[in-house]
Amino acid sequence: MTSLLDTSRRGFLRAGGGLLIGFSLSDSRVVPELMAAETSANPAPGRLDAWLRVGTDGNIRVFTGKVDIGMGVQTALGQIVADELDVAFDRVQLVMGDTAETPDQGGVGGSTSISAGAKPLRNAAASARLLLLQLASAKLGAPPEQLQVKRGVVSVKGDASKSISYAALAGGTDLNEALRVSGGGFALNVEGSGKPKDPASYTIVGQSVPRIDLAPKILGRATYSTDIRVPGMLHGRVIRPAGGGATLMGIDESSVKQIPGYVKTVVKGNFVGVVAENEWAAVRAAKELNVHWSAPSAAFPEDVYRHMRSAQPKATREQQARGDAAAALASASKKVEASYEWPFQAHATMGPGCAVADVRTDGVTTVWSGAQKPHALQQGLAEMLGVDANRVRVIWVEAAGSYGRAGDEDVAADATLLSQAAGKPVRVQWSRADMTAWGGKGPAVIVDLAAGLDAHGEVTALQLTSRAFSGTEILPQPNSAGNMLAAQLIGTPNTSGGDEYVGWGGDTYAYAFKNVKSVGHIIAPLYGSASPLRTTHLRDPNGPAGTFAGESFMDELAAEVGVDPIEFRLRYINDPRAKAALAVVAEKAKWESRPSPKRGNGAGNVVSGRGIALALRGGTIVATVAEVEVNRRSGEVRVKRLACAHDCGLIVNPEALRGTIQANLIQSTGRALKEEVTFDRSSVTSVDWSTYPVARWADIPEIEVILLNHPESAPTGAGEPSSRPTAAAINNAIFDATGVRIRRVPLTPARIKAALA
Amino acid sequence: MAHFSLKVNGKAHSVDVDPECPLLYVLRDNAGLNNPRFGCGLGQCGACTVLVNQVPVRSCMLSVARASGKDIVTLEGLGTPEHPHPVQKAFIEAQAFQCGYCLNGWVLATKALLDKHPHPTDDQMKNAFEGLICRCGSHSQIAAAVRIASGAKVRNA
Repeated sequence: MTSLLDTSRRGFLRAGGGLLIGFSLSDSRVVPELMAAETSANPAPGRLDAWLRVGTDGNIRVFTGKVDIGMGVQTALGQIVADELDVAFDRVQLVMGDTAETPDQGGVGGSTSISAGAKPLRNAAASARLLLLQLASAKLGAPPEQLQVKRGVVSVKGDASKSISYAALAGGTDLNEALRVSGGGFALNVEGSGKPKDPASYTIVGQSVPRIDLAPKILGRATYSTDIRVPGMLHGRVIRPAGGGATLMGIDESSVKQIPGYVKTVVKGNFVGVVAENEWAAVRAAKELNVHWSAPSAAFPEDVYRHMRSAQPKATREQQARGDAAAALASASKKVEASYEWPFQAHATMGPGCAVADVRTDGVTTVWSGAQKPHALQQGLAEMLGVDANRVRVIWVEAAGSYGRAGDEDVAADATLLSQAAGKPVRVQWSRADMTAWGGKGPAVIVDLAAGLDAHGEVTALQLTSRAFSGTEILPQPNSAGNMLAAQLIGTPNTSGGDEYVGWGGDTYAYAFKNVKSVGHIIAPLYGSASPLRTTHLRDPNGPAGTFAGESFMDELAAEVGVDPIEFRLRYINDPRAKAALAVVAEKAKWESRPSPKRGNGAGNVVSGRGIALALRGGTIVATVAEVEVNRRSGEVRVKRLACAHDCGLIVNPEALRGTIQANLIQSTGRALKEEVTFDRSSVTSVDWSTYPVARWADIPEIEVILLNHPESAPTGAGEPSSRPTAAAINNAIFDATGVRIRRVPLTPARIKAALA
Repeated sequence: MAHFSLKVNGKAHSVDVDPECPLLYVLRDNAGLNNPRFGCGLGQCGACTVLVNQVPVRSCMLSVARASGKDIVTLEGLGTPEHPHPVQKAFIEAQAFQCGYCLNGWVLATKALLDKHPHPTDDQMKNAFEGLICRCGSHSQIAAAVRIASGAKVRNA
């Protein structure tokens, strides 16, 4: 890989200081340089030049702790900055997720990169614009309010002969400004003298600018974390234990010493890895190394849901209490109860984890990784190495879509240990099984629901009880050593985990029931440390599971009282935007207003139905209608069509957003129909694409996405919410088609066939 | 170790490697190419697809010995930024993919499909694509790209 930059940032700082820098522009994106780590702190966010600098050629370099996990965030952030500064979009270049170059914004997660992460960038750009206008005012002899900016050129209104470019203005001038800093992590914000524009005046935000990463990718010119090559680099592979709790008994290195290119085997506690001069030698050594493990001590239950019901909860929390649900249930004229189950699911990213680490003898370390949270990873790796965090530089490089805490952090720790032991840079590439079997898992969840109905069919009470493994057993922020699998294998305990409870569809109730009670229980991990079933964040953590339960149950209640499922929901919704989303998706899906199940489906093998589900997430509203065909003989479900109305406030890039929503709808269709992590007493047995099936070509429905733009409302999140209602919408359509209610995901043919029997 | 001559993207490469080494690692590590990509090493996903004598092949399953002497084209050899292949142009126009890690398989399979069937039927597309994985779920835009590349009218999704 070639460096696209003439010199390092520090070189610029030494040379020019302040805002003024020069750099070359030879590609649409800036790739981090392959340079040895310097001992370097994270840039302090309270300086304008930590966020944004103007080049002598008029290009704008933006430094952000955000990264792009394949959803187009770098394009959207570039649009926001370009619009605020009044420069052409292609003048903005983003440097993302480099701990030595970019402020710590908590990395990415929670669909917050636009809603929160863009704020300091927008504010920094507004302040830079104001400073540039003040400079222009002096040069052009006109007050700032008489100036206008177009494509990076400031001119006097009504006198085009008086103009000067940002590049000329910034030349030799220090445009730095101290910024007020607030918050931290995702909520980090800065404010300076410049105030952001009125959204009504946006010209680049709101446009479907082509994503800047896609053309290089499609042309084979993109660089992923897998493509980092540094001088003297060796190739590593890891060998995981033979199940949870298996301990290393011995290794026979003679089994691999004859492999050409083999360098060494690294053993630390139960962490085992091999290092070789070339990748194939590392692959062979990992496969052929004779390793003896003790019998695993983990004893995973045969029936995980039975275990979850019988286990004493590790922690319990009342999540919501409104009115008196118990009393209302007791006096209800009808009580409806149902219980829903959601399995462990895997990130199963397309590219198994890959990272390069260069640990020098003095502890100065550089790591190239696709981790979503590079600054937190810097902390965790430093703790693992026992060095100050300033001696570790993590450079984010794009990787395969990660959908949460997939493994880019864990593989970075693997590479760090192997590099430290080998005394050379080491690239570790996980195998498919390292990813699918040993990567973190989205937790299994049980949601029990009860509702009271009065004589008129009105819901008088709702009671929710969830039992779930914590989605933060492994914190998505890898800011401690014990957070990483490699460190756990060495014997470092995971002390970072937290309890993440499951409620109705995640975080927000869509419905204004009078009496509500929601209680969550956390089930202790099935095995303490270095478990193949350790649980963490997977796209829209607990959202699909909670919504599968909550929105299937709403359908059960609607059927109980014989009311159309959309009409039934509308009775309990106050939010006009949620109502609007339901109305528009009903119209676009040509929703036929009637109760479910569908009558007159006849005696044929293949029956059809439609279902609705609504989800709220952090201010974003998603309403999805599924149309399915169910083969009553085989139990097979074909999702024919998904229509999705999506309201996330102001839309920055409509077509890129549409692409993300379409992809979420397909991924979540696979999660609904196919995905389940399987395991035996000590090991995960979902190890590859045949044992962990996901949505494929033949599963793809026709998709219609309806974008509801609200430029007057600040953007909410869009990365994950459209994953949320899909499973419930499909499940409700299956009920509509067959009259049979499924209460466990995945909605497999065997499960449906059994229910129909 | 043995010596092999490979023709990759029109250029001759001479490598000294284990004859059993899959073509994938030779292209990445010896020829220094970033495509193909490692996805599973099991022939299950298609991320490591290359064209061998015009046919899409999983390079993780093909030994260098068997690839030797054949005409190998990788994604970077299909077109250039100045002159993208029409299939690449279509994928760019459709803004296909989220992360794009899988795209070697989809782009090269589309190229081979359209070479054979310029206006593919649904069944022909299914045959060409059923062995490929896109974990992000970008299939709708991939389908749009195939329609663009085949000159078909694009339905607004």
